[in-house]
Amino acid sequence: MKAPINKIIPFSNVDGPGNRCAIFFQSCPFACLYCHNPETIHLCNNCGACVALCEAKALRMENGVVIWEKDRCVNCDKCIHVCERLASPKICYMSVDALVQEVKKVSAFIRGVTVSGGECMNHAPFLCELFQILKNQLGLHLLIDSNGDCDFAKEQRLLALCDGVMLDVKAVDQTFHKQLCGRENDRVLRNLDYLLKQGKLAEVRTVLLPGCDGQNRATIAYVAKHIGNRCRYKLIAYRPYGVREAGLQAFGRQALNQQELKEYERFAFQHGCTQVTLV
Amino acid sequence: MSEVSKILKDPKLTYAQQVLALAHLAENQDDTLALEPEFEQALAERTLCDLGEGRAPYRPRYILPDYTKLMREGCQFLELTPPQDIWEATNTLLIFYKHVPSVTSFPVYLGNFSELFAPFHKDKEETYKALKLFLQHIDKTLTDSFVHANIGPCDSEVNRIILTLTKEMQLAIPNITLLYDPNQTSDEFALACIDCMLATSKPSFANDVMYRKEMSDYAIASCYNALKVCGGGYTLPRMRLYNVACKANSVADFFERVLPYYTQLLLRNMDERIRYIVEESNFFTSNFLVTEGFVKRENFTGMFGIVGLAECVNHLLGIQNPECGYGHHEDAAKLGTRVMDAIAEMVNAHHGLYCEGCGNRYVLHAQVGIDSDGRDNSPGARIPIGAEPQLPDHILWECNFHKYFVSGIGDIFKFDDTWNHTQVALLDIIKGAFASGMRYFTGYNADNDVVRVTGYLVKKSEIARLDQNQASLNNVTVFGQGARNSGKALDRRIYDESAHQ
Repeated sequence: MKAPINKIIPFSNVDGPGNRCAIFFQSCPFACLYCHNPETIHLCNNCGACVALCEAKALRMENGVVIWEKDRCVNCDKCIHVCERLASPKICYMSVDALVQEVKKVSAFIRGVTVSGGECMNHAPFLCELFQILKNQLGLHLLIDSNGDCDFAKEQRLLALCDGVMLDVKAVDQTFHKQLCGRENDRVLRNLDYLLKQGKLAEVRTVLLPGCDGQNRATIAYVAKHIGNRCRYKLIAYRPYGVREAGLQAFGRQALNQQELKEYERFAFQHGCTQVTLV
Repeated sequence: MSEVSKILKDPKLTYAQQVLALAHLAENQDDTLALEPEFEQALAERTLCDLGEGRAPYRPRYILPDYTKLMREGCQFLELTPPQDIWEATNTLLIFYKHVPSVTSFPVYLGNFSELFAPFHKDKEETYKALKLFLQHIDKTLTDSFVHANIGPCDSEVNRIILTLTKEMQLAIPNITLLYDPNQTSDEFALACIDCMLATSKPSFANDVMYRKEMSDYAIASCYNALKVCGGGYTLPRMRLYNVACKANSVADFFERVLPYYTQLLLRNMDERIRYIVEESNFFTSNFLVTEGFVKRENFTGMFGIVGLAECVNHLLGIQNPECGYGHHEDAAKLGTRVMDAIAEMVNAHHGLYCEGCGNRYVLHAQVGIDSDGRDNSPGARIPIGAEPQLPDHILWECNFHKYFVSGIGDIFKFDDTWNHTQVALLDIIKGAFASGMRYFTGYNADNDVVRVTGYLVKKSEIARLDQNQASLNNVTVFGQGARNSGKALDRRIYDESAHQ
């Protein structure tokens, strides 16, 4: 079994507690307007539009398939910018064993592994196999970073192996969520309750958007009431970096300022959440 | 203008710095120490370097007195009785420090503060005040960043007071090292040290488990020099490996002819220098440190320094771009190991003079470089600045080379602000590095005023004074200025939250 891997960050201090290896899987069922890595949303369909643009000759077409040569790539990202499909030719299909080898190289330096994306839960059976080895052989702390579109109630085996899920609740309003991400949020909200009940919710995250004060507050109030003192709530300020044109048109080119952020933090505390972090 | 006049007229020198400069000038005019003509030629062609020790060494380069004896028994020569409280303890030490010689004329080792002050700590506020005055006194009178204190490995209230003061006072002097042993040092204490290190570039972390296996009763002095307490290092001449590699006409020639020639030449010079210090100068016959037993001759050894392993390897492999060479390439790792194996074998096979406590052997030292090295020879076995790989690769590469350097090696890691919020991640990295064979770890936050240049600390604001032709109290600021200008020592790669730029 192989899975499409967009990137491995051997040392990361922003993907959960301590120093962690973060593995980013390709493909996501959502297509959020403010996504910072929109090239992780779809799998490449080998249209080849990027191949001719590659000045470093790191891309070529072979039997109808786009091949990427990592060693030649200079990371100019022209291929990503030209891709209308929100995909990337710069991914590797890796086996569980190959990923485990990558983690082993740095296992003395990390306390855990975080799987992210894209949406890593698109590859749940693969994660099960991977986590089994990472947990049983290397004893690592394992976190899943998810948008909550899958049904975690059907992933008991995986949940038993992992130490927690860091769940995005992007919006509580059904219509707004669909505009923002392209899909409904009913499964996300069910997962919020389910993971809380299972004791597997490590963190909830919401990106706060400029010009959407009502939506921001509705989501914060809902999440804060639900989680109370049971897990951390990370409030992330919208930042325009990496956001595609449609997102920039919707939310602008300015980040939320510190004062607005502080106000939202206070609002989350008022609604019963005891651990709020601003990013 | 005569050399003397230059010193007398230089607006950037304090009075104390003038006196020292004049003393060095005098000492270097002597030619009592016999030098082989080949050694003099090697000095001239920059393959070997005596690190300013001159031709009349009248004290060991690094002296690590047994301060516990001072606290226990006092000192007859200085008419000091054993201290009874924290005020007497700090006063006794401050008097004693002024009588500990070294190549810089300042004490390079101040003792293990955790140990020395523990018996006198009664009241938190009183200890805080006494140690604040003590640290201020050190910074303003022992005006040299090679002055170095140790703390740890165990946590204590005294340690926490030292960390609070270090962060609060933001002084470049003294350098501080935590002797870190994950079995004795609690995570809470290690995290408090990391917090302080990010804010003020100290303390650094020494791998206590690794050092203790090799040397009982060691301490970290000067930059990161591991030497025996109640002893020290006689001398530290160095080999500039890049310049040595340039003398070879092939890799085989380097290993068969050139490297053995310069290694043996340096070893013979060390023998002669040590013989002179022990047999001719008065230090080991009449200095009170020796006669009262604060140091013992047999606990000293000679330090064999190297710089420029990276450039040596890149040159021998014909690699022009450092980003494709040492620090990155498997062939460079193999050749680097071969070079170090060859040097270590020759140094270990040499019967050292007057170093019985170290098994009659001299020890290898990865010297941190001096400003006149420029970019030709990176410090010790470090990866050249500007060619640093990702943090994990950087650390794993270094781990391969730390085992050779019993008397000290270490690199400096520069972090962005995200690490201030995730200090526990840094602790994970230090634990992993030490478990993987790293001896010494130090880092700082990119925005600090107090920064670690190559091994010593300076304040960027003090370098700015020199830039404006004004004097800096710290003797070492001028080295920092030189290393910044010619060695790009302040331009290290900054590691961000994903440990790569």
